[in-house]
Amino acid sequence: MSVIITGATKVMVQGITGHQGTFHTEAMLEFGTKVVAGVTPGRGGSQVHSVPVFDSVEEAVAETGCNAAAVFVPARQAMDAVIEAIEQGMELIVVISEHVPQHDAIQMIQYAKFRGARVLGPNCPGLASPGTGKVGIMPNMIFKRGSTGVVSRSGTLTYEIVNALTEAGIGQSTCVGIGGDPVVGTDFVEVLRMMEEDPDTGRVVLVGEIGGSAEEEAAEYITKHMTKPVVAYIAGRTAPPGKRMGHAGAIISRGRGTAESKVKALEGAGVKVAVLPTDVPRLIRESA
Amino acid sequence: MKLAEHAGKDLFRRYGIPVPEGFLVKDPSEITIIETPMVVKAQVPVGGRGKAGGIRFASTVEQARSAAKDILGMDIAGNVVSEVLIEERLSIDREIYVSLSVDRSRRLPLLMMIKEGGMEVESAPPAQITSWPIHPFVGIPSYVCRNAASKLILDPQPAAQLEAILSNLWRLFWEMDCELVEINPLVKTFDGRLIAADAKVVIDEDAVYRHPGLIEAAPNLTWLEREAREKGLAMVLLDGDVGVLANGAGLTMATLDNLALHGAKGGVFLDLGGTDDEKVVEAALAIMSKAGQRVILVNIFGGITKCDTVAEGLISAKDKLRFETPMVVRVRGVNEEQARRMLAERGIAASRDLDEACQKAAALGGV
Repeated sequence: MSVIITGATKVMVQGITGHQGTFHTEAMLEFGTKVVAGVTPGRGGSQVHSVPVFDSVEEAVAETGCNAAAVFVPARQAMDAVIEAIEQGMELIVVISEHVPQHDAIQMIQYAKFRGARVLGPNCPGLASPGTGKVGIMPNMIFKRGSTGVVSRSGTLTYEIVNALTEAGIGQSTCVGIGGDPVVGTDFVEVLRMMEEDPDTGRVVLVGEIGGSAEEEAAEYITKHMTKPVVAYIAGRTAPPGKRMGHAGAIISRGRGTAESKVKALEGAGVKVAVLPTDVPRLIRESA
Repeated sequence: MKLAEHAGKDLFRRYGIPVPEGFLVKDPSEITIIETPMVVKAQVPVGGRGKAGGIRFASTVEQARSAAKDILGMDIAGNVVSEVLIEERLSIDREIYVSLSVDRSRRLPLLMMIKEGGMEVESAPPAQITSWPIHPFVGIPSYVCRNAASKLILDPQPAAQLEAILSNLWRLFWEMDCELVEINPLVKTFDGRLIAADAKVVIDEDAVYRHPGLIEAAPNLTWLEREAREKGLAMVLLDGDVGVLANGAGLTMATLDNLALHGAKGGVFLDLGGTDDEKVVEAALAIMSKAGQRVILVNIFGGITKCDTVAEGLISAKDKLRFETPMVVRVRGVNEEQARRMLAERGIAASRDLDEACQKAAALGGV
């Protein structure tokens, strides 16, 4: 068992013939992911690492029965790619593309919700379940199969922490990078809920950063619903105060968003908060 | 991208949102006719200009020129005023707050209104704030406008104006890819008109390409920031002396936090983001080497950005720029062995451990 990705997940890569699409298709295959199709309009009939390439998602579905999408197309084409994937019945759409316009993100996420599909990202590293598969760009070598779930708003910082866990002999059930943009398709609370229900996950690492109120909302959820221990790390304790978005941001956030507010909320929910990324493995051990 | 007030008001005008009559000047001599009482307003991309003396009243050409002369060149929170907006002075009966922004938790736009707008809105009691999530597939329905008008206790005439203003504001927000449109205050005049006395418009940087011709508020950038912006790098200037070059905002922040634990402070902080181009790495190092830092800490965890690409950029920067600033490098992740080998061949020892690299950089940073 794992979260979001299962043995039945068959991945289609949108933008497979691009530099990133090609590189990470190979890495996903090496990780044991069932990558069954690629889509690049105009490049149908070719192959990338023995994966057949199609001109459209419709053809890819008809030929391969794919049910998940990894989106590697440039930001300006991301919304079109995501809508195409939703229309063709993809259940999971992982949007790697960064710099996707915010209104495009809102539209793709709301449309996915309407059609019952899950979007992860945009601007996310994807997810990996060692032993099951990976959709996205997380480096293969840092993972080890185990029972710790990881959910993070960051990309490279997630790798840092997963790597530290693995070096300390602590394996992972599923690692989910929800993406660093203000508007993302899947949030902390949704992933925490899945991890709470997942029999293979025994405890959870939450990696947050300053800005927004996602960590505070996670703390509320943990207080009310989590029975599994949670360890957190919040980046940006020494960062200067961020840009303010007029009065609206201040009125909405009402003092939330700072590192202190997040650490306080999480500690209030019984979460142990690490000072350094490398402290996370020790705290996980102590919580076991 | 934040628009200057006058540029925001130009957009308001284009979308049919009433704004005061006015004109923009860069020099007092450009003011030749003043027929009604006017307001002279500094054009700066920050709040608090009223308190700083950047807003003055004038009823004659002489008064307007004298106010403009005083305000032009003024420094408001680090922004030197180079333009003033001269506008009709409104006879204010009431001030209302209106904004459209993005609610991250709901992943939807949010319409927010406060009965009493003005300087103190951030401390408005929650009972005074009303908000509605707006679905982009629906827009602002008429009933929301009616409810808003009734909550704001508006008479029928301004209530009808409010509906038109909100529907135009929504079109502006959505069509122009706004992260924020804020009217504070939306003035109700004694003769019953609703007029946007201020305009704060922030356009999504990632969508600016769809809107060529927008005039940005004159950004007050240092030459370093300007150079970083031209190369497409995210840069933050802090007051320390360890330059940090990392990939990803979270990792960069974690690096700064880690440095702080060793008593060092980050100075120039450059985020490579998700690039995998050695030329971008080279450009980043070129900027960094000119920034007068005592040490440069490069921290890369390879994913989309591959470690060997970074190594290639670092080596070619070192060859071309011949800078003296010591460099501490730490690489992990995709193609790290290859990167470490490439760097070692050029006499650059790359560490694997973040804490160790931070400690080394802090020691060289001379705290």
